[in-house]
Amino acid sequence: MRRPAKEQGGRAMLKLNGIRKVFNRRTASEKIALQEINLTLHPGDFVTIIGSNGAGKSTLMNIISGGMAPDCGTIEIDGEMVTGLSEYERARKIGRVFQDPMAGTAPTMTIEENLAVAFSRDRRRTLHRGVDKKRKELFREYLASLHLGLEHRLTAKAGLLSGGERQALSLLMATFTQPKVLLLDEHTAALDPARAQLITALTREVVERSKFTTLMVTHNMQQAIELGNRLIMMDAGQIILDVPEEEKKHLTIEDLLKKFALLKGVADDRLLLG
Amino acid sequence: MLYALTGSVEAGVIYALMALGVYLTFRILDFPDLTVDGSFATGGAVAAVMITNGYSPLLATLGAMLAGCVAGSVTGLLHTKGKINTLLSGIISMIALYSINLRIMGKANTPLLGADTLFTEISSFLSSLQPLSILAAVGVSVLLIKWAIDWFLDTEIGLAIRATGDNTKMIRSFSANTDNMKIIGLSLSNGLVALSGALIAQYQEFADISMGIGIIIIGLASVIMGEAIFGHSSIRRATFAVIGGAIVYRLIIMFALRIGLDPNDLKLLTAIIVVIALVSSRMIDTWKDRRVRTPKEEPLAAAGQGARGESHAET
Repeated sequence: MRRPAKEQGGRAMLKLNGIRKVFNRRTASEKIALQEINLTLHPGDFVTIIGSNGAGKSTLMNIISGGMAPDCGTIEIDGEMVTGLSEYERARKIGRVFQDPMAGTAPTMTIEENLAVAFSRDRRRTLHRGVDKKRKELFREYLASLHLGLEHRLTAKAGLLSGGERQALSLLMATFTQPKVLLLDEHTAALDPARAQLITALTREVVERSKFTTLMVTHNMQQAIELGNRLIMMDAGQIILDVPEEEKKHLTIEDLLKKFALLKGVADDRLLLG
Repeated sequence: MLYALTGSVEAGVIYALMALGVYLTFRILDFPDLTVDGSFATGGAVAAVMITNGYSPLLATLGAMLAGCVAGSVTGLLHTKGKINTLLSGIISMIALYSINLRIMGKANTPLLGADTLFTEISSFLSSLQPLSILAAVGVSVLLIKWAIDWFLDTEIGLAIRATGDNTKMIRSFSANTDNMKIIGLSLSNGLVALSGALIAQYQEFADISMGIGIIIIGLASVIMGEAIFGHSSIRRATFAVIGGAIVYRLIIMFALRIGLDPNDLKLLTAIIVVIALVSSRMIDTWKDRRVRTPKEEPLAAAGQGARGESHAET
């Protein structure tokens, strides 16, 4: 089922080239959401993105996943150009977890049915039974890795789970078929602190175990520093700071704020409070 | 009385196919599809015309079903590729089908009196079992179709269709083409509706241009009443409930007519049944909800506060 661990090397797993996006073009409310974004992630890279509201983080995620088309620029995943592919075609290669815990699962379907949907992600869907005995075993095994006891509730409806449980299930579903790129869009922001911490720990565990190439947007600076091997700060549609692995190890929130103040000329309390 | 009772149950079982079609769109796809009013008559028209032209009743019935599938696909294309909203795309198909049905029949109705239909064939084949032979044959076929629907909704494609109705954003992120899922669902649904129309035409021995008017409401009444009476905790249960609902609806109509209801008031009665079923099922739900929620109120409030704290930090 599982593919062999991805080889590490110089090749790019995700490559954004000159991405530009303008909203409401040629109107009074024209807004440049992204300007000339160039970003390359190598296999196994775990990049965290921070930035104030309106910096373009969510737009960037949407453009990578295909929910939105860029005005210009190209997107490559594992050497394949995906710019022209629709959202559902790209989804074969991309795993996503959304901010809203409701968004990642189908509430009236059972946990095992949700997992079956995730299981068919990278294949053509057929008239094969979605949940058969063999898959059930596999689902149970996978759910057990969450340590939430969900493996005993395979036939419970996903809508009955708590926000934290749903988000844990979403994370598992997003990574089930070993996507080439994992996109996490503020996936802990809607949870209470204890559950946010649980999901953060799970994220670290899952990504480290399978060496997923990951892009995570967060409002939480501490989380951005703790997780991943590279940190990016965005502002007004641009990448204004790119902290590589070695430097990131010693990074503190104060450092980040100082850098941001230097770059912007002012301290922005929106970042401070994040 | 007994004769009327078996008659109502027979009709109920045949209408149950239509109700299952409505269930597929209304509940599974979350798509209130009004095409049904047109495709039901299309089914009747195609079957009647094919039978009067000498085709075998079985072939005529299958042809009718296929015509319904095409009608449903058109609605699906209007909605997904034409980006027309759900209700409007159904209404457009329904109106267009009215003219198409007239074209198919060439006139407002096609009698089947004395023609060979599926039912005359069943009767002659199972004549020893009269008068329940038709009910038995229809009942078994409908149960087989119910089983096939249950099976289909459990396949990978079926699960994707269910997820499309449940959470479109999620299923798209799992690489399902939601446009295709909707088209498949609408096509199957209207195929069932047209099949039901074809059988009703053969059962009552005529097809009529107006036989589909208000059918969507009868379908909804069957789905909602069935779910309320027989429960809908799983797909299997819900499809069973829908069949039950269709039979219950026919029985209600029969009793209403027996106690002297003017047949002209039937559609009004149906509308009232739907309103009562919708409002009461909502009321029962909130009542149940309240009973379940009360003891849990405190942890929920705490979680709410946590989330609110987070959003404060963002601003």
